[in-house]
Amino acid sequence: MSAIYKRELRAYYHSMIGWVFTAAMLILVGIYFMAFNMYQGYVYFSYALSSASNMLMLLVPVLTMRSMSEERASRTDQLLLTAPVSVGSIVLGKFLATLTVFAVPMILLCICPLIIRSNGSAALLADYCTMLAFLLLGGVLIALGMLISSLTESQLIAAVATFAALLVVFLWDGLVSFLPDSASGSLMSMTVLLGLVCLGLQALSNNWKISCGIAAAGGAALAGVWFYDSTLFENLLPNTLAKFSLLPHFQAFASDHVFDLSGVILYISLTALLLFLSVQVIQKRRWS
Amino acid sequence: MIEVRNLVKRYGRRCAVDHLSFTVEDGQIFGFLGPNGAGKSTTMNIMTGYLAPTDGEVLVDGHSILEEPEEAKRRIGYLPEQPPLYPDMTVREYLSFAAELKGIAKKDRKEQLAKAITLTHLEDAEHRLIRNLSKGYRQRVGLAQAILGFPKVIILDEPTVGLDPRQVVEIRDVIRQLAEDHTVIISSHILSEIRAICDQVLIIRKGKLVACDTPDRLEEILSADNAIELVAKGGQEAVEAVLQSVPGITQQTVTAQAGGTTRITLRTETDSREMLFLSFAAAGLPLLELRTKNASLEEVFLDLTAEDDNLAAKAARLLTGQAVATDDSTDEGGERA
Repeated sequence: MSAIYKRELRAYYHSMIGWVFTAAMLILVGIYFMAFNMYQGYVYFSYALSSASNMLMLLVPVLTMRSMSEERASRTDQLLLTAPVSVGSIVLGKFLATLTVFAVPMILLCICPLIIRSNGSAALLADYCTMLAFLLLGGVLIALGMLISSLTESQLIAAVATFAALLVVFLWDGLVSFLPDSASGSLMSMTVLLGLVCLGLQALSNNWKISCGIAAAGGAALAGVWFYDSTLFENLLPNTLAKFSLLPHFQAFASDHVFDLSGVILYISLTALLLFLSVQVIQKRRWS
Repeated sequence: MIEVRNLVKRYGRRCAVDHLSFTVEDGQIFGFLGPNGAGKSTTMNIMTGYLAPTDGEVLVDGHSILEEPEEAKRRIGYLPEQPPLYPDMTVREYLSFAAELKGIAKKDRKEQLAKAITLTHLEDAEHRLIRNLSKGYRQRVGLAQAILGFPKVIILDEPTVGLDPRQVVEIRDVIRQLAEDHTVIISSHILSEIRAICDQVLIIRKGKLVACDTPDRLEEILSADNAIELVAKGGQEAVEAVLQSVPGITQQTVTAQAGGTTRITLRTETDSREMLFLSFAAAGLPLLELRTKNASLEEVFLDLTAEDDNLAAKAARLLTGQAVATDDSTDEGGERA
């Protein structure tokens, strides 16, 4: 794993992407820092960070687009996959390298709260916790980008698809509010969702027994609950999906200055899930 | 030792490798021979753990590539058809990365690197970016990567394709040197290359094993066929009457008749050229031509690579030593000769 980590890190800074990312982050956050904290005199650096967070939509795809797809396109995955290392450690090594590149500007930005402090009072604890949350949020987005990159051979497709996925992540709450909140509407959309999950499972496992079994079990469960108490379905889908909303947890750190432990757990477990899926995608390709 | 048992790889309905079984003993240079698209690369990719088989297993020193992948992969060095190089690294950076990836202990790394670089004559390219290297150099970097750590088994997929003749000779020399204490498996679609360096040849066509033997032994099998072609001055009936009196003829086919001469192809149990000569002389029919007509390995291999399944099947039967049961009047081997 350490070999892959080191190579990836070197590749980021050989290919300029690492430098461009660092520069872009510093400039963007720097502008907000200057406007909010320096000119207007806000005490919290977290405001600047929270305003800049939307830019991750553009920056993370640049960071992750080549991670898996380039290996496949240039056939270097043959070297990695025939070496005595597990697929899990390949994915983890790459993820940690990308996260390190993400963390470099964050480390440089650590001086911002200190600058505020040198001009008066500062909320160091709240600011540094927000930066930690920002890093963890970045981890989830990077893992998502890597999963998409492992699905394609083309860096361009990976970048565009990752951008689209991140757009959905950032607009999540707004999109969820469009979903039907009546009981029958929720039932219908849950059924559609179940169908999609089973199709995805079928595509990944190529085992129709498992996917049909899950479809049947899920369908039976939905029907059972529906006949038991159909009011349970009211608002079910919007409420369920709202739980996976990523940004409110970060906003809890940035705006409310609360250490949102559930958010930390959500970020870490989602990252782990997405990395696991990347491993499965790579394994699956060997078998098909 | 590598054991491949009943290997099958299907892509949808297409069968790339079809129930392939063979064993590679230690210390051999083992050649995979087959036309393009025969399944050589797929088989190698499965043996090295890059692809998973649909069915069957590969054992490297008793370690299954599927169940104990890390143990098995540790024993294998692999140069795929296209060398897996990172263009943004220098040769030395790349090789150190490969060494670390293969789990070579830090204290041995420098020595191993030096050995691999010397063996592949990369000394003067050590600090150049791989992006700027020529095809021959890239191939050598790939080869250096495969032999790093000197694993027991070294698998090279078409190592000489696209190289100039001098580089081909160089790479072959490296392979011979390696074979002194390693098992080397190479693939090629060029017969002469395989025959020049391999102890054992595996011929595959459309994913199926056609023959697996030493090159010499394969030639021997072909020459055991005892096919004879003769041209005699005389009509067909007269010639056939003479042949009646010669014992041991299992098959005879008239292939041409023109200007009072008859051309006949025979198959006999033993080499009966002398008997034929004497019989025809006694009957007063001059023999204008008499020769053994053995398909050479080249001819048989060329037939094997043909698209026509019948032709290939016939060639395959020749290689496995089974006499051709029904001989068509047009014998491709003869035409080509």
